Amino acid sequence: MKQEMKSLAQRFAKAAGVALALFMSAQSVTAAEPVKVGFVYVGPTGDAGWTYSHDKARKYVEEQLGDKVKTTYVESVAEGADAERVIRQLAKSGNDLIFTTSFGYMNPTLKVAKQFPKVKFEHASGYKRAKNVGTYFDRIYEGRYLTGVIAGKMTKSNVIGYVGSFPIPEVVRGIDAFTQGLRSVNPKAVVKVVWVSSWYDPAKEREAAETLILQGADIINQHTDSPGPIQAAQAKGVYAFGYHSDMSLYGKDAHLTAATHNWGPVYLEKVKSVMDGSWTSTDFWGGLASGATALAPLNPAIPEDVVKLVEERKQAIIDGKLHPFQGPVKDQSGAVKVPAGEVMSDEDLLSLNWYVEGVEGELPK
Amino acid sequence: MDYDLIVNILYATVRTGTPLILVALGEMVCEKSGVLNLGQEGMMLMGAVIGFIAALETGNLWLGVTFAMAAGLMMSLLFGFIALNLSANQVATGLALTIFGTGLSAFVGSDYVGTPLVGIEPWHIPLLSDIPFVGRILFSHDPLVYLSFGLFVGVYLFLNRSHAGLALKAVGESPQSAKATGLPVFKIRYLAVMFGGAMAGLAGAYLSLAYTPLWAENMTAGRGWIALALVVFASWKAERVLLGAYLFGAFSIMHLVAQGLGFSVSPNLLAIMPYLATIVVLVLLSSDKARVKLYAPVSLGKPFHPAD
Repeated sequence: MKQEMKSLAQRFAKAAGVALALFMSAQSVTAAEPVKVGFVYVGPTGDAGWTYSHDKARKYVEEQLGDKVKTTYVESVAEGADAERVIRQLAKSGNDLIFTTSFGYMNPTLKVAKQFPKVKFEHASGYKRAKNVGTYFDRIYEGRYLTGVIAGKMTKSNVIGYVGSFPIPEVVRGIDAFTQGLRSVNPKAVVKVVWVSSWYDPAKEREAAETLILQGADIINQHTDSPGPIQAAQAKGVYAFGYHSDMSLYGKDAHLTAATHNWGPVYLEKVKSVMDGSWTSTDFWGGLASGATALAPLNPAIPEDVVKLVEERKQAIIDGKLHPFQGPVKDQSGAVKVPAGEVMSDEDLLSLNWYVEGVEGELPK
Repeated sequence: MDYDLIVNILYATVRTGTPLILVALGEMVCEKSGVLNLGQEGMMLMGAVIGFIAALETGNLWLGVTFAMAAGLMMSLLFGFIALNLSANQVATGLALTIFGTGLSAFVGSDYVGTPLVGIEPWHIPLLSDIPFVGRILFSHDPLVYLSFGLFVGVYLFLNRSHAGLALKAVGESPQSAKATGLPVFKIRYLAVMFGGAMAGLAGAYLSLAYTPLWAENMTAGRGWIALALVVFASWKAERVLLGAYLFGAFSIMHLVAQGLGFSVSPNLLAIMPYLATIVVLVLLSSDKARVKLYAPVSLGKPFHPAD
């Protein structure tokens, strides 16, 4: 990150001479005028969760750039026709760069981008790009791998419960990465998954977590959006991991840590590249190394040696010495899917649809 | 399946069924008077958000519950004005109320999303909660669950054992005849609508203050609609509403438990269960004209003018 910043600063300095001219012509931004950035959120900004993680990054950009940037956001925008209207409105009102932060905004973003070729768009979690539409996402599975390492060391029953939303590759990737981390330190531990068929149903998520606790799980992980599972863990006196953002507010004792998105540095870089005219449509998928994925503060209940181990593993992932899916990776039947000495390709990660060894039950198809 | 698991499944069933019972009992009384209010989901959401804010700001959970019921009541008054005073189409009005309540609750609660709150704690009834098996399942819940038991008994007695309940049913069957016998049709319908609103508000409070103490947009997640289906499924009988709500609750818990045990059930199949059951019941009911007369309030959804 530091390195990147430095090179960015150098690039910035180099470009400074040219930049002004560029601003005048192509960018329709002048040095005196702040760069205008719009954000479209799928939920309310709140105090936790997916949208909160994006809004935190928006505030970070404002802090870093001060009056050189002017941000606008629209929250709780439903995916579909509403989204298109909001994105168009933001493009019309002179925003230079627009972040659309939900998977379902993909097509509306592309549609509006066609009509506003001068405006730059960045779409989170999508796979379609255009000349003025880039995509970005974080490797949250790297964070989940680390939570798996913690779980492996902290579990007494060797059963971990996992509350899932829908069996899509993104969620399966998280379950598998978590299990890889878990089994790397505790080959006896298994993961039980319960699907709630919803991204957001606090009551049902809580019920699913309680069911898992009932069936012997002493640590709960989740790939749903509400703190329901954390509340359940707190009430039952077991541990849990948050998701998206720090959820310790909902269960101070239960919350071990959370796999979180840290979009701040990503957004800052994108905004700066628009300012200096170097923005191009890219497909960003960064994890711990880029700072886009991070762990929330660790619960003091985690022993010193485990904290150290997590730090070591984290550094190894950052240095490229460790990959959550480095061979041999076996599936549930014990068949080797990734041979020793190799790592799973990004393409395979993005379409992952099988459980690794250590996950119990069948993946619903 | 061991003993503990069965006890816990039944315990969770009661808890999951509670919000459904509360909102469905209210809607059933409302429908018995001949008024169909599809605004349950919106009223529940308003109850959930107002209850949460009131509890947080006053520091008193029971004040929160009271405010939640008042919020549901206010919403139902709005419905009453449009559907009863102005004789608008009840289906359209109810749908509008749900859309309005969903949006308004999100707006009112936007500053409270994700704020933590210590919710209503379970209260183990002395002696009763020590009874093996039954004690854990029925008498180790939070007070709102006990309230739902009491409300069920109250509604049951009201409908089956009281003059007022008879009057309510008469109004629902034939407002014209009821008016001819001197019953204040309009007033009775209004009271029924208000009761439905207060109950929906209470169901919302159960979610945001006891079950998962937090406010989140749309946290009712369709339970208002399930309750509407439940009333039809129960063919407007209180004891069947209770049974049906626990059945729905048991279904969703069993589905989660089965997955944990390694059975994989299609989650989508389960989601359609309540509605499928309702459609089946409707088909069965409507297959016989005489039986329709027995169950559904005859004037359900038909506006009635005081001048009629």
